[in-house]
Amino acid sequence: MVPTSFYLILAGLLFIIGTIGVLTRRSALIILMCVELMLASVNLTLVAFSRQWDNLTGQVFVFMILAVAAAEVAVGLAIIITHSRQNNTTNVDEVNLLKW
Amino acid sequence: MMTASILFFIAIGAVSLASALGVVISRIPIHSALFLLVNFVSMAVLFITLDAQFLAAAQVIIYAGGIVILMLFVIMLIGSDEIRENAGHRVWTPYVGILLGVILLASMTFALVEAGPPPATSAVVQGGVPEAVGMTLLTRYILPFEMAGVLLLVALIGALLLARPPKQKTEN
Repeated sequence: MVPTSFYLILAGLLFIIGTIGVLTRRSALIILMCVELMLASVNLTLVAFSRQWDNLTGQVFVFMILAVAAAEVAVGLAIIITHSRQNNTTNVDEVNLLKW
Repeated sequence: MMTASILFFIAIGAVSLASALGVVISRIPIHSALFLLVNFVSMAVLFITLDAQFLAAAQVIIYAGGIVILMLFVIMLIGSDEIRENAGHRVWTPYVGILLGVILLASMTFALVEAGPPPATSAVVQGGVPEAVGMTLLTRYILPFEMAGVLLLVALIGALLLARPPKQKTEN
Protein backbone atom coordinates (compact mmCIF):
# COMPACT_ATOMS: atom_id res chain seq x y z
CA MET A 1 0.00 0.00 0.00
CA VAL A 2 1.37 3.42 -0.95
CA PRO A 3 1.96 5.55 2.17
CA THR A 4 -0.25 8.58 2.66
CA SER A 5 2.76 10.89 2.76
CA PHE A 6 3.53 10.11 -0.89
CA TYR A 7 0.10 11.40 -1.87
CA LEU A 8 0.58 14.48 0.27
CA ILE A 9 3.92 15.27 -1.37
CA LEU A 10 2.43 14.85 -4.84
CA ALA A 11 -0.56 17.02 -3.93
CA GLY A 12 1.75 19.68 -2.50
CA LEU A 13 3.84 19.76 -5.67
CA LEU A 14 0.70 20.02 -7.84
CA PHE A 15 -0.61 22.83 -5.65
CA ILE A 16 2.67 24.74 -5.98
CA ILE A 17 2.68 24.31 -9.76
CA GLY A 18 -0.87 25.68 -9.83
CA THR A 19 0.11 28.61 -7.61
CA ILE A 20 3.06 29.50 -9.82
CA GLY A 21 0.75 29.32 -12.84
CA VAL A 22 -1.77 31.70 -11.25
CA LEU A 23 1.01 34.13 -10.31
CA THR A 24 2.93 34.12 -13.59
CA ARG A 25 0.44 33.64 -16.45
CA ARG A 26 -1.52 36.61 -17.73
CA SER A 27 -4.34 34.92 -19.62
CA ALA A 28 -7.54 34.74 -17.58
CA LEU A 29 -8.34 31.32 -19.07
CA ILE A 30 -4.99 29.84 -18.04
CA ILE A 31 -5.39 31.33 -14.57
CA LEU A 32 -8.78 29.63 -14.26
CA MET A 33 -7.20 26.33 -15.33
CA CYS A 34 -4.46 26.72 -12.73
CA VAL A 35 -7.08 27.37 -10.04
CA GLU A 36 -8.75 24.12 -11.08
CA LEU A 37 -5.36 22.42 -10.77
CA MET A 38 -5.02 23.70 -7.20
CA LEU A 39 -8.54 22.54 -6.31
CA ALA A 40 -7.81 19.07 -7.73
CA SER A 41 -4.62 18.78 -5.71
CA VAL A 42 -6.53 19.65 -2.55
CA ASN A 43 -9.02 16.92 -3.48
CA LEU A 44 -6.15 14.44 -3.61
CA THR A 45 -5.11 15.45 -0.10
CA LEU A 46 -8.63 15.01 1.25
CA VAL A 47 -9.06 11.58 -0.34
CA ALA A 48 -5.65 10.46 0.96
CA PHE A 49 -6.60 11.46 4.51
CA SER A 50 -10.01 9.86 4.06
CA ARG A 51 -8.23 6.54 3.51
CA GLN A 52 -5.73 7.23 6.26
CA TRP A 53 -8.44 7.60 8.92
CA ASP A 54 -10.99 5.32 7.25
CA ASN A 55 -13.56 8.09 7.30
CA LEU A 56 -15.84 8.97 4.42
CA THR A 57 -16.28 12.61 5.43
CA GLY A 58 -13.23 13.55 3.37
CA GLN A 59 -14.81 12.07 0.26
CA VAL A 60 -18.07 13.94 0.89
CA PHE A 61 -15.97 17.10 1.16
CA VAL A 62 -14.37 16.33 -2.20
CA PHE A 63 -17.84 15.90 -3.69
CA MET A 64 -18.76 19.40 -2.49
CA ILE A 65 -15.51 20.78 -3.95
CA LEU A 66 -16.42 19.21 -7.29
CA ALA A 67 -19.77 21.03 -7.22
CA VAL A 68 -18.14 24.33 -6.27
CA ALA A 69 -15.48 23.92 -8.97
CA ALA A 70 -18.14 23.33 -11.61
CA ALA A 71 -20.06 26.43 -10.48
CA GLU A 72 -16.88 28.47 -10.35
CA VAL A 73 -15.87 27.51 -13.87
CA ALA A 74 -19.33 28.27 -15.27
CA VAL A 75 -19.48 31.75 -13.73
CA GLY A 76 -15.80 32.47 -14.37
CA LEU A 77 -16.01 31.57 -18.03
CA ALA A 78 -19.16 33.67 -18.37
CA ILE A 79 -17.29 36.65 -16.92
CA ILE A 80 -14.36 36.03 -19.28
CA ILE A 81 -16.71 35.85 -22.28
CA THR A 82 -18.47 39.06 -21.29
CA HIS A 83 -15.20 40.90 -20.77
CA SER A 84 -13.61 39.65 -23.97
CA ARG A 85 -16.76 40.67 -25.84
CA GLN A 86 -16.41 44.24 -24.59
CA ASN A 87 -12.64 44.71 -24.55
CA ASN A 88 -11.49 42.01 -26.96
CA THR A 89 -8.87 40.65 -24.58
CA THR A 90 -8.45 38.03 -21.87
CA ASN A 91 -5.26 39.52 -20.51
CA VAL A 92 -5.73 40.18 -16.80
CA ASP A 93 -3.32 43.12 -16.95
CA GLU A 94 -5.83 44.96 -19.10
CA VAL A 95 -8.73 44.30 -16.75
CA ASN A 96 -8.51 47.53 -14.78
CA LEU A 97 -12.01 49.05 -14.77
CA LEU A 98 -12.04 49.24 -10.96
CA LYS A 99 -8.59 50.83 -10.77
CA TRP A 100 -8.39 54.56 -10.10
CA MET B 1 10.61 -1.91 -0.66
CA MET B 2 9.66 -0.93 -4.23
CA THR B 3 6.46 -2.86 -4.57
CA ALA B 4 4.36 -2.77 -7.71
CA SER B 5 1.83 -0.35 -6.18
CA ILE B 6 4.55 2.18 -5.36
CA LEU B 7 6.01 1.92 -8.85
CA PHE B 8 2.52 2.46 -10.28
CA PHE B 9 2.01 5.46 -8.01
CA ILE B 10 5.31 6.98 -9.13
CA ALA B 11 4.43 6.50 -12.80
CA ILE B 12 0.99 8.08 -12.45
CA GLY B 13 2.38 10.83 -10.25
CA ALA B 14 4.99 11.63 -12.89
CA VAL B 15 2.27 11.88 -15.55
CA SER B 16 0.28 14.12 -13.22
CA LEU B 17 3.20 16.44 -12.51
CA ALA B 18 4.28 16.60 -16.14
CA SER B 19 0.78 17.49 -17.32
CA ALA B 20 0.46 20.12 -14.57
CA LEU B 21 3.71 21.68 -15.76
CA GLY B 22 2.34 21.54 -19.29
CA VAL B 23 -0.73 23.54 -18.22
CA VAL B 24 1.49 26.27 -16.79
CA ILE B 25 4.20 26.34 -19.45
CA SER B 26 2.22 25.80 -22.66
CA ARG B 27 1.85 28.91 -24.81
CA ILE B 28 -1.31 27.83 -26.62
CA PRO B 29 -4.52 27.79 -24.52
CA ILE B 30 -5.89 24.69 -26.28
CA HIS B 31 -2.76 22.75 -25.30
CA SER B 32 -3.14 23.92 -21.72
CA ALA B 33 -6.72 22.65 -21.64
CA LEU B 34 -5.68 19.27 -23.04
CA PHE B 35 -2.85 18.98 -20.50
CA LEU B 36 -5.44 19.79 -17.83
CA LEU B 37 -7.54 16.89 -19.13
CA VAL B 38 -4.56 14.51 -18.80
CA ASN B 39 -3.97 15.79 -15.28
CA PHE B 40 -7.60 15.19 -14.25
CA VAL B 41 -7.59 11.66 -15.66
CA SER B 42 -4.35 10.82 -13.83
CA MET B 43 -5.94 12.24 -10.69
CA ALA B 44 -8.91 9.88 -11.18
CA VAL B 45 -6.48 6.95 -11.41
CA LEU B 46 -4.90 8.07 -8.13
CA PHE B 47 -8.38 8.19 -6.57
CA ILE B 48 -8.89 4.54 -7.57
CA THR B 49 -5.61 3.58 -5.89
CA LEU B 50 -7.00 5.33 -2.77
CA ASP B 51 -10.19 3.18 -2.78
CA ALA B 52 -12.36 6.12 -3.86
CA GLN B 53 -14.07 4.58 -6.86
CA PHE B 54 -17.13 6.86 -6.76
CA LEU B 55 -15.00 10.00 -6.73
CA ALA B 56 -12.83 8.67 -9.56
CA ALA B 57 -15.93 8.31 -11.72
CA ALA B 58 -17.24 11.72 -10.61
CA GLN B 59 -13.84 13.28 -11.35
CA VAL B 60 -13.85 11.97 -14.91
CA ILE B 61 -17.48 12.92 -15.53
CA ILE B 62 -17.45 16.40 -13.97
CA TYR B 63 -13.88 17.60 -14.55
CA ALA B 64 -12.87 15.81 -17.72
CA GLY B 65 -16.33 15.63 -19.26
CA GLY B 66 -17.74 18.95 -18.13
CA ILE B 67 -15.20 21.54 -17.07
CA VAL B 68 -12.50 20.91 -19.67
CA ILE B 69 -15.05 20.71 -22.48
CA LEU B 70 -16.56 24.01 -21.31
CA MET B 71 -13.10 25.59 -21.34
CA LEU B 72 -12.39 24.27 -24.82
CA PHE B 73 -15.70 25.74 -26.03
CA VAL B 74 -14.82 29.13 -24.58
CA ILE B 75 -11.29 29.06 -26.03
CA MET B 76 -12.72 28.34 -29.45
CA LEU B 77 -15.44 30.98 -28.99
CA ILE B 78 -13.22 33.92 -28.04
CA GLY B 79 -10.24 32.89 -30.12
CA SER B 80 -7.07 31.30 -28.86
CA ASP B 81 -4.68 34.06 -29.89
CA GLU B 82 -1.52 33.96 -27.88
CA ILE B 83 -1.38 36.57 -25.16
CA ARG B 84 1.81 38.51 -24.93
CA GLU B 85 3.16 37.72 -21.48
CA ASN B 86 5.06 40.32 -19.45
CA ALA B 87 2.93 43.40 -20.01
CA GLY B 88 5.84 45.82 -19.96
CA HIS B 89 5.18 47.46 -16.64
CA ARG B 90 5.41 44.17 -14.78
CA VAL B 91 8.40 42.31 -16.18
CA TRP B 92 9.26 41.06 -12.71
CA THR B 93 6.03 39.05 -12.36
CA PRO B 94 7.43 35.61 -13.34
CA TYR B 95 10.38 35.87 -10.99
CA VAL B 96 8.22 36.90 -8.06
CA GLY B 97 5.74 34.11 -8.87
CA ILE B 98 8.44 31.44 -8.96
CA LEU B 99 10.04 32.85 -5.80
CA LEU B 100 6.71 32.70 -3.95
CA GLY B 101 6.21 29.14 -5.20
CA VAL B 102 9.62 28.12 -3.86
CA ILE B 103 8.81 29.75 -0.51
CA LEU B 104 5.53 27.81 -0.40
CA LEU B 105 7.39 24.58 -1.23
CA ALA B 106 9.94 25.25 1.52
CA SER B 107 7.26 25.94 4.14
CA MET B 108 5.30 22.81 3.16
CA THR B 109 8.46 20.68 3.32
CA PHE B 110 9.24 22.13 6.73
CA ALA B 111 5.72 21.36 8.00
CA LEU B 112 5.89 17.80 6.65
CA VAL B 113 9.33 17.12 8.15
CA GLU B 114 8.29 18.67 11.44
CA ALA B 115 5.13 16.57 11.69
CA GLY B 116 6.98 13.29 11.22
CA PRO B 117 5.52 10.14 9.72
CA PRO B 118 1.77 9.62 10.21
CA PRO B 119 0.55 6.64 12.26
CA ALA B 120 -0.05 3.38 10.47
CA THR B 121 -3.02 3.31 8.13
CA SER B 122 -6.02 1.55 9.55
CA ALA B 123 -7.66 -1.18 7.51
CA VAL B 124 -10.29 0.19 5.14
CA VAL B 125 -13.61 -1.46 5.89
CA GLN B 126 -15.89 0.21 3.37
CA GLY B 127 -13.77 2.33 1.03
CA GLY B 128 -15.36 4.75 -1.37
CA VAL B 129 -17.75 2.55 -3.29
CA PRO B 130 -20.87 4.43 -4.48
CA GLU B 131 -23.12 2.73 -1.91
CA ALA B 132 -21.05 3.90 1.05
CA VAL B 133 -20.51 7.45 -0.25
CA GLY B 134 -24.16 7.78 -1.24
CA MET B 135 -25.32 6.58 2.15
CA THR B 136 -23.12 9.11 3.92
CA LEU B 137 -24.06 11.89 1.51
CA LEU B 138 -27.81 11.35 1.71
CA THR B 139 -28.12 10.75 5.45
CA ARG B 140 -25.56 12.62 7.51
CA TYR B 141 -24.69 15.31 4.93
CA ILE B 142 -28.10 15.81 3.35
CA LEU B 143 -28.20 19.57 4.03
CA PRO B 144 -24.84 20.36 2.33
CA PHE B 145 -25.92 18.09 -0.51
CA GLU B 146 -29.11 20.09 -1.06
CA MET B 147 -27.18 23.35 -0.79
CA ALA B 148 -24.77 22.14 -3.47
CA GLY B 149 -27.80 21.69 -5.71
CA VAL B 150 -28.97 25.25 -4.99
CA LEU B 151 -25.43 26.52 -5.63
CA LEU B 152 -25.32 24.82 -9.01
CA LEU B 153 -28.71 26.28 -9.93
CA VAL B 154 -27.61 29.79 -8.96
CA ALA B 155 -24.36 29.37 -10.90
CA LEU B 156 -26.28 28.17 -13.94
CA ILE B 157 -28.63 31.17 -13.91
CA GLY B 158 -25.77 33.56 -13.17
CA ALA B 159 -23.68 32.22 -16.03
CA LEU B 160 -26.65 32.48 -18.39
CA LEU B 161 -27.30 36.09 -17.38
CA LEU B 162 -23.64 37.08 -17.61
CA ALA B 163 -22.90 35.49 -20.96
CA ARG B 164 -26.10 36.74 -22.61
CA PRO B 165 -25.37 38.80 -25.72
CA PRO B 166 -25.84 42.57 -25.27
CA LYS B 167 -29.37 43.74 -25.89
CA GLN B 168 -28.84 46.48 -28.47
CA LYS B 169 -27.06 44.02 -30.73
CA THR B 170 -29.97 41.62 -30.80
CA GLU B 171 -32.47 44.36 -31.60
CA ASN B 172 -30.58 45.54 -34.68
